Amino acid sequence: MADKNETILAIRDLKVDFTTPDGTVNAVKGIDLDVRAGETLAVVGESGSGKSQTMMGIMGLLARNGAVTGSASYRGRELIGLPPAELNKVRGAKVTMIFQEPMTSLDPLYPIGRQIAEPIVHHRGGTYKDARKRVLELLELVGIPEPGRRIDSYPHELSGGQRQRVMIAMALANDPDILIADEPTTALDVTIQAQILKLLRSLQERFGMAIVLITHDLGIVRHFAERVAVMRRGQVVEQGTTADIFERPTSDYTKMLLAAEPHGRKAAPADTAPIILEGRDVVVDYRIGGGLFSGGKAMFRAVDRVTVRLREGQTIGIVGESGSGKSTLGRALLRLIPGAGYYRFGTTDISGYDRARMRPLRKAMQLVFQDPYGSLSPRQTVGEVITEGLLVHEPDLGRAERDRRAIAALKEVGLDPDARNRYPHEFSGGQRQRIAIARAMILKPKVVILDEPTSALDRSVQGQVIDLLRTLQQSHSLSYIFISHDLSVVRAMSDYVVVMKDGRIVEEGETDLIFEAPADAYTKALIGAAFHI
Amino acid sequence: MTDLAATPMHEAPKTASRSLFQLALIRFRRNKAAMAGCVMLLLIALFSFVGPLFVPHTYDQVFSSYVTVPPSLQPRPDISTLQEVMEGVAARARVNLDAFAVDGQTFTATISADEPIDPRATRYFDRANEFRETTVAATENDGRVLKLTGQVNREYFPFGTDPNGRDLLARVMLGGQISIAVGLLASLVSLGIGVVYGATSGYIGGRVDNVMMRFVEILYSLPFVFLVVVLVVFFGRSFVLIFLVIGAVEWLDMARIVRGQTLALKRREFVGAAQALGLTDWQIIRRHIIPNTIGPVIVFVTVVVPKVILLESFLSFLGLGVQAPLTSWGALISEGANNIQSAPWLLIFPSIFFVATLFSLNFVGDGLRDAFDPKDR
Amino acid sequence: MIAFVLRRLASAVPTLFIVVTISFFLMRFAPGGPFNLERPLPPATMENLVRTYQLDQPLWRQYVTYITNAVTGDFGPSYIYKDNTVAELIGKGLPYSMELGFYALLLALIGGVTMGTVAALRQNSALDFSIMSLATVGTTVPNFVVGPVLTLIFAIALSWLPAGGWGDGSLRFLILPMIALALPQLAVFARLTRGSMIEALHADHIRTARAYGLPSRVVVVTHAMRGAMLPVVSYLAPCAAALLTGSAVVETIFTIPGVGRYFVLGAINRDYTLVMGTVILIAIFVIVFNLLVDILYGLLDPRVRHD
Repeated sequence: MADKNETILAIRDLKVDFTTPDGTVNAVKGIDLDVRAGETLAVVGESGSGKSQTMMGIMGLLARNGAVTGSASYRGRELIGLPPAELNKVRGAKVTMIFQEPMTSLDPLYPIGRQIAEPIVHHRGGTYKDARKRVLELLELVGIPEPGRRIDSYPHELSGGQRQRVMIAMALANDPDILIADEPTTALDVTIQAQILKLLRSLQERFGMAIVLITHDLGIVRHFAERVAVMRRGQVVEQGTTADIFERPTSDYTKMLLAAEPHGRKAAPADTAPIILEGRDVVVDYRIGGGLFSGGKAMFRAVDRVTVRLREGQTIGIVGESGSGKSTLGRALLRLIPGAGYYRFGTTDISGYDRARMRPLRKAMQLVFQDPYGSLSPRQTVGEVITEGLLVHEPDLGRAERDRRAIAALKEVGLDPDARNRYPHEFSGGQRQRIAIARAMILKPKVVILDEPTSALDRSVQGQVIDLLRTLQQSHSLSYIFISHDLSVVRAMSDYVVVMKDGRIVEEGETDLIFEAPADAYTKALIGAAFHI
Repeated sequence: MTDLAATPMHEAPKTASRSLFQLALIRFRRNKAAMAGCVMLLLIALFSFVGPLFVPHTYDQVFSSYVTVPPSLQPRPDISTLQEVMEGVAARARVNLDAFAVDGQTFTATISADEPIDPRATRYFDRANEFRETTVAATENDGRVLKLTGQVNREYFPFGTDPNGRDLLARVMLGGQISIAVGLLASLVSLGIGVVYGATSGYIGGRVDNVMMRFVEILYSLPFVFLVVVLVVFFGRSFVLIFLVIGAVEWLDMARIVRGQTLALKRREFVGAAQALGLTDWQIIRRHIIPNTIGPVIVFVTVVVPKVILLESFLSFLGLGVQAPLTSWGALISEGANNIQSAPWLLIFPSIFFVATLFSLNFVGDGLRDAFDPKDR
Repeated sequence: MIAFVLRRLASAVPTLFIVVTISFFLMRFAPGGPFNLERPLPPATMENLVRTYQLDQPLWRQYVTYITNAVTGDFGPSYIYKDNTVAELIGKGLPYSMELGFYALLLALIGGVTMGTVAALRQNSALDFSIMSLATVGTTVPNFVVGPVLTLIFAIALSWLPAGGWGDGSLRFLILPMIALALPQLAVFARLTRGSMIEALHADHIRTARAYGLPSRVVVVTHAMRGAMLPVVSYLAPCAAALLTGSAVVETIFTIPGVGRYFVLGAINRDYTLVMGTVILIAIFVIVFNLLVDILYGLLDPRVRHD
């Protein structure tokens, strides 16, 4: 086993700068960091903290406009400023890396076996034929089923989790000293995330390499890292052992990050509260493939006989992994996409309503999306964005009155009313999500479907948006359907939880019941896979 | 992490608010090649449209004395030619030419004879194309020697003349007007058809989209030159029809691009949000789809304009362009190519303007593409 | 694979049919006819001609006759080149056009891809700038300018090469028309390659290859190049079809006896059968090259394998 006190990578006063047309951006502003043999060091920070760029800089992987200065010595050998040919002796052999996007990190044009073999052939010599045995071993090691068959598969034939396993196999190929994992599980579903992290840990125990885990997820850090460095705006604000950081944080920023974990619980409304929105036996089918002249239209059942009843003042959390049909269900309930089943809004049967008949009801049923970058038209001012609904539903309003309501709505979501003359691209993700919420709230809706409203946001911003949504719910007695893959957020927001898998409900019930005593195996796996601080 | 070119976005903006369009313009202005292209285009447009006001010749004026003269900054006829003409005139008037000088647009001549000269002899001088308003300035030696002054008809042909004796400068200007006008108008036609067709096809989707795109595919597989040639032959060769025809052929790419954009936009969440707000299809197309396709469409127009100009010149080259005495750069270049050995300037001057225009459009197009590049937001 | 090819060829039949139909009627609805010459023919001669070529028949019958004949490979007699059938004319001209087009295609492809790759690897350098300027010249200067200018320089001023004609078909005669024909396409290939190469070099999997210490030659050639070639391969189909079926402009300037000229001459003279013949020729080339390119694409990109 490696000596855990030996420093194998010493980073001193490392700076990364990017030259942009708008001036120089200092992404990393002179940081010191040590990686010791065989340890797991987590580098934590929110987006833009420079945590990835630090590692990219050391590995010589910066974008063209980036430059790295300072020092990073690997076992006494300076890496910064090394010519590529020299650097190539270290990277891929002694220091290896896996990335966030398993979808794009592999070359789509070559079989995975060949891609894993490439670093072996280049660092150790030999032919691809010689390397094949080693590749099979590695595939076995990272848990790819039927390695003999999979070795000739192309990346697009594998799932996201399998591709990340392939990346790990590649990283292990030359018995590295340090494995840098840059958000290795962010793009994966929670259950897969847990498997990948477990795999990394078991491999570390077996081979004794150091792991540098770059992540924004404090839950993962707590469970996997031995030491933690917290980064913010290009600087390390705090570092220490995991226990120290979590139990006795010293910097305000770390404290804030720890406190940003969603907390609180929502009380259920009275059983007598009337049902405001109901979908009974909702079925949504998608047609996949099939052109004009070709036959063979395959149908894909995205939502399969699901029943949801939302009471006034209630928040139903719909939980599931990607492809579970949770977003489709949300849109079907609002009658935005066609679906079979019985639908009711208040006391009105809206099952057979077409778009024109639904239009007057839209005012009362709103939707907030996940991606705050995509949900606002880049060509409209914020004022135009949030008052657009008024044009449809209250066309008689004058310009001045619309403006007055826009100001009120912006104030309500905690934004400066001046924002209405600006364009969405001038705002941060959290601010944009507030704008999207204002757009829904200005219509004074009764039901709001929140489709992953916090998933694209940093933890600290997430907390603020959740608080805002709670306040709005109380002051306007709103009913929410809260769709998310993030269990901790769902737990904090909802009083009733529906767990979906492959278009079906596998389990539902009151929030505490589901979280404390899940009955279904899938629910158990899901909850077991989530890491809490 | 993909935000390698991270720009600071944490702080709320303090500067004046700018739309994406304005930001693109700012980026565009920073691009030196593109700005140079803009200036160049402006100069060429001024040359073509305003230039004729400063040129005394019209494009269809024939100078039978100056057929295929090479370009020169000196006025024509030159002094030795004038001298010869003057000697000829003097011989016809049966007088001796003692002295002859030209100063700018006036000439002075001294003639003498054995007998006193009838002052009406000036008429002989006016009869020559080159001279007019000849008057007697002084009489010496009892009328045996007359000093004459008068105006010289001197013409400037800085670009030379063509085999019909027309001023190439005026013709290049006219050619510019026609080529630029055809380029812009045909692009507008293709833009109009393409945007409506593409947006409709993309937004409605499904079976309608399938049928509409199948139709475009079939048009694509029709040899495109054939279509143009047949349409031109069919409709005749008037200026209006030529740009309509070119526009009618060029809209296919535009339709595909707009459709692609529309399909991408349809999946964007702000369109979903608009549907959730209860906007009608038409409101969504008008308020969300079309404004968001503007960037790529503008970029594409800068690609279409040179393509159209090239196509028009190709038609002219084949003898299917605008009819004489109207002309376009393409027609001029084609004439020049036919006279390349005897009169290379006929090829060189229109080619310079033509190539400069296409070059500039190219740089402007590249600049716009960079400025509107969505990756650079 | 064979099933895929057969399916594609089967689906090409209706396309070809529609193309032929549209062309046929478009041609016939255009005013004028093949014998409306500047000096009108005597009525008797005219009537005779019209009867010989069956132009007095109703249009639909002419159409049916044409289609039935065309299916058997009979594309009718040419109206202007009275002693020849369309098939003969095309048969005579096509080898010239194809030979010239093939060399031009090779030049455009090899030259363009090389230049584009070099420019992408040295992005924003002086070399990049000069290559792209040359490419801009290629796209903006039409070949009816390039052709005469080349003639002026190399044939007239320097007398290195013949000014036109096919001669004995040796390379000397082919160089100038080949350059004039290839230059615009070379420019397209260069721009296309540069663009897709730059994009490919920014791909995530290229970062992976670099992170694993692969030599930059391997990164560029095995990983970036192959992906970057996909758009180039797509463009190959329309480009090859256009080059191999001859160019009216280049064949006119360099007096080459290819098929490119027939097309324009036929359309202007209302030589219905000749135009139809060339339209079918071009359509077949487009269809065949699209198919070939799709097969090639499938070989390059495992995501679109046709099996």
